[in-house]
Parts: sequence; C-alpha cells; structure tokens
Amino acid sequence: MAREALTGSRIRERRVMAGLKQADLARQIGISPSYLNLIEHNRRRIGGKLLLNIAAALGVEPNALTEGAEAALLATLREAADRAGMSGEESARADEFAGRFPGWADVLAGTAKRVAALEQTIEALNDRLAHDPHLAASMHELLSTAAAIRSTAAILAETETLQPEWRDRFHANIHQDSRRLSASAESIVAYLDAETGAVDAAGSPQEEVELYLGANNFSFAQLELGTPGPEVVDKMVQAAPQLVSAASKFITTFALRQVAEDAAVLKLSDLRAAVARVGADPLTLAQQLHCPLPCLLRRMAALPELGAGLVVCDRSGTVIFRKSIEGFTVPRHGSCCPLWPLFVALGQPGSAAHARITQSGRADASFDGYAAAETVSIAGYNTAPLVQAVMLLLPAKVGGDQSLGVGSTCRVCPQDNCHARREPSVLSVGV
Amino acid sequence: MSKHVVLVEDEVNIAEAIRFLLSNEGWRVETLANGISAVEVIRNVSPDLVMLDVMLPGKSGFEILHDLRSDPAFAALPVLMLTARGQSRDREMAEKAGVSRFMTKPFSNAEMLDAVRDLTS
Repeated sequence: MAREALTGSRIRERRVMAGLKQADLARQIGISPSYLNLIEHNRRRIGGKLLLNIAAALGVEPNALTEGAEAALLATLREAADRAGMSGEESARADEFAGRFPGWADVLAGTAKRVAALEQTIEALNDRLAHDPHLAASMHELLSTAAAIRSTAAILAETETLQPEWRDRFHANIHQDSRRLSASAESIVAYLDAETGAVDAAGSPQEEVELYLGANNFSFAQLELGTPGPEVVDKMVQAAPQLVSAASKFITTFALRQVAEDAAVLKLSDLRAAVARVGADPLTLAQQLHCPLPCLLRRMAALPELGAGLVVCDRSGTVIFRKSIEGFTVPRHGSCCPLWPLFVALGQPGSAAHARITQSGRADASFDGYAAAETVSIAGYNTAPLVQAVMLLLPAKVGGDQSLGVGSTCRVCPQDNCHARREPSVLSVGV
Repeated sequence: MSKHVVLVEDEVNIAEAIRFLLSNEGWRVETLANGISAVEVIRNVSPDLVMLDVMLPGKSGFEILHDLRSDPAFAALPVLMLTARGQSRDREMAEKAGVSRFMTKPFSNAEMLDAVRDLTS
C-alpha cells in the first residue's frame, strides 16, 4: 500500500498508543466516530485543518502522521533491512510496516541506530587497542627490560661461586637496565596521564594535534597575513595548551608551516570569492585560481562554511594529517581502506581523483572525495621523490551519483566479499 | 659432547644472562642478535635446541620458525620461544607455526632451565 494512503493507519496506532477510544477522539475533533473509522481504515483521504486537529488531540506533530515525517525513519528501517540481508521485496515494505506499527518501527529504528553507534564505539576502541604503536612499543620495552633484570638479578642472588668478572658485568647490566626500566615506566605514565585528563581526551600525539587544530577551527589568522617566519609557528606551537608531547609539537609545526605556505599561494578570501562565483568543484577552482590541486584541496578544508574533512597521507600510505568529518572514520594509526580516492591519487601523482563514497554501515552519510598527490621533496639525483596525497571530503547532496562503498579499516568493516579485504572483520565474525 | 643451542635474542642483557645460565649447565651457546641470518646459522650448526625471541630486527621469530618447519630436517627440532608479546593471539600463531614451547617475559631462570631440560631430554 502507498505511504500516503497509510495516514489513517498511523492515526489509529497513535490513538491506541494514547489510550483513546475512537469515539472520544472523534468527539474531541468534532467529527462522527463513523467518519473517523473510515479515516483510520484509509478509506478517506485526510489533510488540512482536520489533520492538524487530530495531531493536536493526539499530541504529535502533524507530519508524524503523514508520509514526509517518516522519511528518516524509513531510511533507517531500510538500512537495517539491508544490513540484515533482507530481500528487496520485503525491504520495500518498510513504509507499510511503519504505517501499521509506528511504535514497533520506532523501537526497531532506535535499535538499529544504537547498533550503529555501538559499532562506531567498537571501531574506536579496537583501533586504540590494536593499533596504538606507542603503547605497544612501550610495553614491549618495559617487559623486555624487566625480563633482563629478573634473570640477571637471580643469577647474582642464586649463584654461589660467581667469578668477580661475571659479577661486575651483571652488576653493570642491572644498572643499565634499571635506568632503561625507569625511563620506560616514566614514558608510559606520562602517556597515560595525558590520555586520562591533562589533554582533554587526547591519547596520542596525532590526537593532540587534532585537538589543537580543532580548537582553532583549522583556521589560523596569524598565518594568513604576509609570509610569517618560522618563529611565528614556533611560538604558536609552544603556546598551545593541547600540545603536550614533543611528537605532537613536531607534527603541528609541519602542519602549520604547510598552512603558511598554502596561504602564500592562495588567500582564503580569494578562494571564498571563487567558490561563490563558480561553485565548489575543486578542479574548476584550481584552474580558475591557477593553484595546484593539492594546495587547493587543503585550502578548501580551511573554509568553515564548506564543512569539509581532509586526509593527508605520505608515500607509505600512513595518514599524517586529518580533519575529521562526521560520518567518515579515519583510523588513528594507518591501515586505511585502500578503496579511498586518496590512494588512487597516491598511485598516480599529478592526476586528480574523484568518487562519491559512503562508508559501510553509514548509508545516511555520503561524501564527494577529491584527491590529488604531489611531490614534496627531492632528496637528490636518482632518488625516489617523497610524495604526499591529499583527499578533501565534501558532504554529498542527497541523490545524484551512485556511491562507492568503502570502509574505514578492514578490522571493523562489515562489507562482505570485498576484493580489497586484508583481514577478517570483528563485526562479521563476531570476535 | 656438550649440547648446542642457538639463541636468537636482540636484547643483549637477556642474551648474556641466558648464555651464562646455559653455559653453566654445560651447553654450547651460539647467540644471534637479529633474525636475518638465523635460519642459515641453524642449518649450518644443526643445534639440539633453538631459543627464539619474536620481535627481532630483520626477520621475526614467527618467520624463522615457519622457515624451519618447512624444512623436513628441522620439523622436529625443539624450538623454545621467549617473548614479551604474551597475547593469546601470539601464542596461537606460535602454536600454528609449530613451536615446541612458548614462554612470556619476564620469566624465572628456573622456569626457563626446566623448559630447556624438558625439550632436550
């Protein structure tokens, strides 16, 4: 049955949920119970003032009784059906289900959203546990040093006739290892302290950087005027309360120098005017403004009104810069989905890549991913140049191009039969 | 004739302690600090026991173990793996690769010597 024909069913369900008898509701809105009965059985079309009166009597928004109000609900139900592998024919009956059982539909949609939110939480925690290289390396160092001290100390304590030469050697080893142990322990404590409080949820140098850049809305007026010297960037980095670790200061210094270099090539005011004139297609803008595409993509990410995300990776594919955007997860430590346009561009420096992309399990958020790669340094003759790829993510308008399904990282991507899969997903195998 | 062990361990002080303990028990100890040449050395000396760290420069302990088990001559060679990576996943990987015994660091000297005796008795 068509959605618009189900307004009556929704009225009936809402009335029953409200504990009202048909006759009581009919009296409140000034129509006969028999007429309300016809409406509730979808045998009379309804709209205008009568619909407003019924909605007021039931304490709901009028559009909750009409088709348009359920667009989000229906989208969620269809997404849940798709993820459960339901047939297309059955999935197409989502509107009928929502019309006949609005309460249950709300429960199902709410549950589907909660599942999606929990999967995102799993994704974040799994990423931290599985791929936090700093923590893993520190723990390995700690345990290895502890093992050396334990074995050596036991030899000293338990060997009755230890030659002086060996004894001196083991004493020196213990002294050396105890200093290493102390340094490793301090490093871990400082890392965990930063994670649990001092830096407002930042847990790694990359997170500190993103926290700092986010606090400044990825926009730095000091770097937009003239050509600021390195001391300007150094002062900004030293004054940033979010940047605690030496690593985060190092990374931010490079990021801000890049902003200053880009600002010297293209002023935000010029870019803003060009966007207003010709729209937000990066290639068109690059041609109009005579600006290299990677630089233009970075500058577009700095325009707050575009609400764009940005990901930059080096030649190894490691993400070295991110500006997060809601609905698109970038793993914190490498291992990104190779289907992103970012990696298409990385393999073809000088070309421009574009794809409409949606991450698996997030059908409600599509993005136009524009990517380009550039050579960032040449170390010498006959050496491979260092290359960086940049991907701008612009929220996509509903409809239009078909979206390419991509993931964040294999470990938490539910996409079945993916030719790019590197390892099983914890979501699909239920680990 | 004394028994022969190849110890592949990049932590110098752990290697030194193990070398001392095994030498006192009468073992000849060949120590390597990286994984690159480990398989070749093991093939050359045909030891009675191999002791392997997991995280090694050049080639991991898992890779070395896999190479050894691929060679019928070393299919039954006792291999004791010593690692700071004690997660169940690492243990499973080691077992699948054919490890004889898996010990996590830090370990006691007595525990390590017992394992060596068990594997070579």
